[in-house]
Amino acid sequence: MIRARGLGRSFGATRVLRDLDLDVAERDFLLVTGPNGSGKSTLLGLCAGLLAPTAGELEVAVERGRIGYLAHEPLVYLELTALENLDLYGRLYRIPERRERSGMLLERFGLWEARHQRVAAYSRGMTQRLALCRALLHEPDLLLLDEPFAALDEAGAAVLDAELAELAGERTLVLATHEPERVAALATRRLALA
Amino acid sequence: MTYLADVGALARKDLLLELRSRDTLPAMLLFVVSTLVVFNFSLPADASPRAAYGLLWVAIVFTAILGLTRAFAAEREQRVLDGLVLAPCDRSAIWLGKGIAVLAFLALAEVVALPAFALFFQPVTWELVAGVALANVGLAAVGTLLAAMAAASRARELLLPLLFLPLVIPIVVGGVGASIADDPGRYLAFLVLYDVIFAILSWASFEYVVTE
Repeated sequence: MIRARGLGRSFGATRVLRDLDLDVAERDFLLVTGPNGSGKSTLLGLCAGLLAPTAGELEVAVERGRIGYLAHEPLVYLELTALENLDLYGRLYRIPERRERSGMLLERFGLWEARHQRVAAYSRGMTQRLALCRALLHEPDLLLLDEPFAALDEAGAAVLDAELAELAGERTLVLATHEPERVAALATRRLALA
Repeated sequence: MTYLADVGALARKDLLLELRSRDTLPAMLLFVVSTLVVFNFSLPADASPRAAYGLLWVAIVFTAILGLTRAFAAEREQRVLDGLVLAPCDRSAIWLGKGIAVLAFLALAEVVALPAFALFFQPVTWELVAGVALANVGLAAVGTLLAAMAAASRARELLLPLLFLPLVIPIVVGGVGASIADDPGRYLAFLVLYDVIFAILSWASFEYVVTE
């Protein structure tokens, strides 16, 4: 599903990723680790198609609309409510049963009671939960998760653990984290960036 | 139909965001009225109508810049534009939805600006109203594209006026011409031509602006 050969990415004079070869098959779970600045987020941005490689080749055999992407930022509007944000994305992703799907995800991630609150009033952890709902809304074939456990409390992390366990083996996952032990049992492949 | 539904959802979202945050429109209204008040005191009493119409167009263009600098602020804050770009909708729908919202804010600012202009300077004629309406389309089309380009830059407040002002000179020429010429039809036709050309160019090139 993902194939990279000699993949590299620079920002100006700074080379973040260099000469990376990578193969991720359908339904693989790739765990990406590495210290800060090693290029984990850059790799996910490249796989999402938000960044272009500056060296090498990258093929991602998934349609744009079938990718779920969780970034450092939540990619949601702060002045809209959780429900309004998910409804907007649901429309753009052409999800016919978007209200039911939004409601189900909000309930699962413990945001149902706060669904009519503006995101600006959310805590960092609640915003991260909403970002996860957004990334999962359209049941993507390829899920790219950048530090998904960041800011989550234990209850939120447990929900995410359960969600990942459900998705592992059914979807293709690429997960970058500083807490590899949390998902190590689910991962089928590992990539350690230096 | 799906394309129009996407555009509608995106434009509605922008109007809702403005209704809640009131970041842009009040600033535009205050700016355009203040500018006309300042021009009223700075223009000599025996100044020609041409000068008054010229100042109105200066006020309109700078009010548009003020609105455009905020146009992608909500998308920039949480990198929402990345989320929109990843959606399977046609990316030009993002431009069109945003352009409709910009057009609405400009029109609302002018609903206040034109009576103020009539109060301080010259009567508002149908030629002026037609010129302003046509100019709004061009300002919103070009401005939205350039605002998206500038939003990706750190020097966005500087970059937007530098790119925008040279490109809207024809709008000012057409707008002032339509307001004062004996034959306004030629200038109005010129504005229509500008709108069509720049709307098509902006619509077609937006995808390249929001992707690497």
